[in-house]
Amino acid sequence: MAGSVATSQTILVVGGGIAGMTAALEAAECGKEVVLIEKSPTLGGRTTLLYRYFPKMCHPICGLEINLRRLKGNRRVRVLTLAEPVAVSGTRGDYTAQIRLAPRYVNDNCTACGECARAVTAEIPNPFDYNLGRIKAAYLPHAMAYPQRYVLDPSIIGSEDADRAKAACRYGAVDLDMKEETVELKVGAVVWATGWQPYDAARIQPYGYGRLRNVVTSVEFERLADPRGPTGGRILRPSDGREAKNVAFIQCAGSRDENHLRHCSRVCCMASLKQTQYVHEAWGEEARSTVYYIDIRAIDRFEDFYRRVQADPTVSFVKSKVARIEEDRASGDVILHGVDTEGYHRYAARHDLAVLAIGMEPALRAVEVPPDLPFDASGFIEAGAGGMFGAGCAAAPLDVNRAVQSATAAALRAIQVVNKTADVETI
Amino acid sequence: MSGERYRNSFLREVEHNVEEGHWVKMCMQCGVCSGSCPFGPHWAHPPQELFMMIRAGKREEVLGSDAMWMCTSCYNCVVRCPRKLPITHIMHGLANYAHRLGLAPKNQPTRQFAKMFWDNLSKTGRVNELKLSLGLYFKDGFKQGIRNALAMKDIGLGMLKAKRLNPLELVKPHACKGAKDIHAILAKAKEIEDRRKGLSA
Ligand SMILES: Cc1cc2nc3c(=O)[nH]c(=O)nc-3n(C[C@H](O)[C@H](O)[C@H](O)COP(=O)(O)OP(=O)(O)OC[C@H]3O[C@@H](n4cnc5c(N)ncnc54)[C@H](O)[C@@H]3O)c2cc1C
Ligand code: SF4
Ligand code: SF4
Ligand code: SF4
Ligand code: SF4
Repeated sequence: MAGSVATSQTILVVGGGIAGMTAALEAAECGKEVVLIEKSPTLGGRTTLLYRYFPKMCHPICGLEINLRRLKGNRRVRVLTLAEPVAVSGTRGDYTAQIRLAPRYVNDNCTACGECARAVTAEIPNPFDYNLGRIKAAYLPHAMAYPQRYVLDPSIIGSEDADRAKAACRYGAVDLDMKEETVELKVGAVVWATGWQPYDAARIQPYGYGRLRNVVTSVEFERLADPRGPTGGRILRPSDGREAKNVAFIQCAGSRDENHLRHCSRVCCMASLKQTQYVHEAWGEEARSTVYYIDIRAIDRFEDFYRRVQADPTVSFVKSKVARIEEDRASGDVILHGVDTEGYHRYAARHDLAVLAIGMEPALRAVEVPPDLPFDASGFIEAGAGGMFGAGCAAAPLDVNRAVQSATAAALRAIQVVNKTADVETI
Repeated sequence: MSGERYRNSFLREVEHNVEEGHWVKMCMQCGVCSGSCPFGPHWAHPPQELFMMIRAGKREEVLGSDAMWMCTSCYNCVVRCPRKLPITHIMHGLANYAHRLGLAPKNQPTRQFAKMFWDNLSKTGRVNELKLSLGLYFKDGFKQGIRNALAMKDIGLGMLKAKRLNPLELVKPHACKGAKDIHAILAKAKEIEDRRKGLSA
């Protein structure tokens, strides 16, 4: 694989979420050569961990399926999973990227038959469920994983489990001798589509995440509502597995806060509005959702969705940023304390479960990049004069629709760079 | 300018004359300070509400409020405010400003104590604890004063025995060496502050 075909005409796309896949496909469908690298074992990114999409409440799988179909029909995109850049150097039109490839321990003979998983005994927290559930240490990330190949978790390498997996495989797909390697790519332009990660909720001390059992984050709540998630789609509380019918949503958890993230994460208002509908869907008229907010930011056409939720009798709104959460030891209920801005009333409100609408921070960390990739104060990629561009949530906290638009724009800019390079070379 | 008369002049007054007053406009009314304040329901207006009242131009209600006199300087609000407003300092700034204008509530106990403490301290350059505590005991009249003093008598006797309390201080309080200089320094400081806040007098 080392010393590959990539030239300065090639576009490197880092990150295989919805934005990275879009940027790669847009460029490839314009006839460009693209290398798409993804750090996890599968493409799809964080949207595959959502239950439904606002505003249409459709399933993320659907959009992913369309992109995967486009990808399979295109020979110009080369996909490397378990791959991440360690350093990128050079200038516009002429970059060199060092890519580290982690071993999967499963080669492309794999038919995803699942025998290895049945043979292995060790379990690991499921990274594709925000560690809520557990899976076998030989696993397929999720049903729509691309490539459709199992992975052995590095923790079992050298153990009997690894040998069991190898023995179980009838296709000679388990390869325990795979080693980490580093390859070098020459590319003309780079699109950074490394996406976002949830802010570390435990750092918001007064909300007690990690200390109080029934305080979860919004990303975890997506998994609790998803039939493919750890509870089979039943919204149950972590403390006692009881049905969570009375749910509090706490907005701006970690966002718009000088002590945490300065920026507004922009999707979390809509995400909570959407999640109130999961509660309604699960428990019907018995459902109770309360949204605690500073102000609801449902941008442009999302206002319609906001209106619909406002009209929902199972949902109420309290204009207040919750000051702190306390736990009722006996019942495990959460008690929210604060002051309501509309009238300055103090409240101590009891709920089954509190969901923190957690802020989004850029995921790109610890990669050495040349100075022509400028970042804003929050670490999102800004427009610069070089040949590297941010796409999707690497550039700003965006919903899927806007992430895709941003990816298309980044692909166009990358195409301009490699076209220029091509012109110079033919002269 | 036609818009001028609609401008909120009390907000501008606070910005100019109150310690850290220029921060008031940065408040986004989230409510975290009020919800974090240990005083909870025991005062008329939590900080968040005061800041809104300032912006709404409610000058008399704000300056006459006892709210800022209740602040214990615990700094809970300051460490949690998402906008990093120096809330405690604004509270004390408002209290001080109201006091200087003579608009502060007359019989507010923390204000009374603050005044007593200041007068006691600024006279000799050091705090006379005996006079201060007696002053505090007797502030609500003679009878109540005796009752307060009797309630504290064991502690007082203990302090006497441990030589932590000298009854002679009552008749012949000892001052610091440069009491005169301190008076001059304080007078100058007041003059500068008055000039800055436009409180000539
Ligand atoms: C609680 C919640 C609910 C949401 N619900 C909705 C919704 O209903 N509708 C909607 O439109 N939007 C929703 N969003 C927003 C949506 O998740 C984002 O718009 C979307 O994930 C952006 O896609 P992306 O490709 O930019 O980033 P990501 O999905 O984060 O993908 C980035 C990819 O890059 C990879 N990567 C990261 N770093 C590296 C690296 N160094 N090297 C290689 N690869 C790397 C990651 O593994 C990942 O696969 C929600 C967000 C939250 C927080
Ligand atoms: S590695 Fe082998 S046993 Fe495991 S899923 Fe793939 S083909 Fe099946
Ligand atoms: S989108 Fe809403 S919840 Fe998220 S940071 Fe912005 S205002 Fe807060
Ligand atoms: S915490 Fe800060 S921003 Fe929030 S209401 Fe109080 S002063 Fe205003
Ligand atoms: S510093 Fe004053 S206003 Fe702030 S929380 Fe403490 S008592 Fe309340």
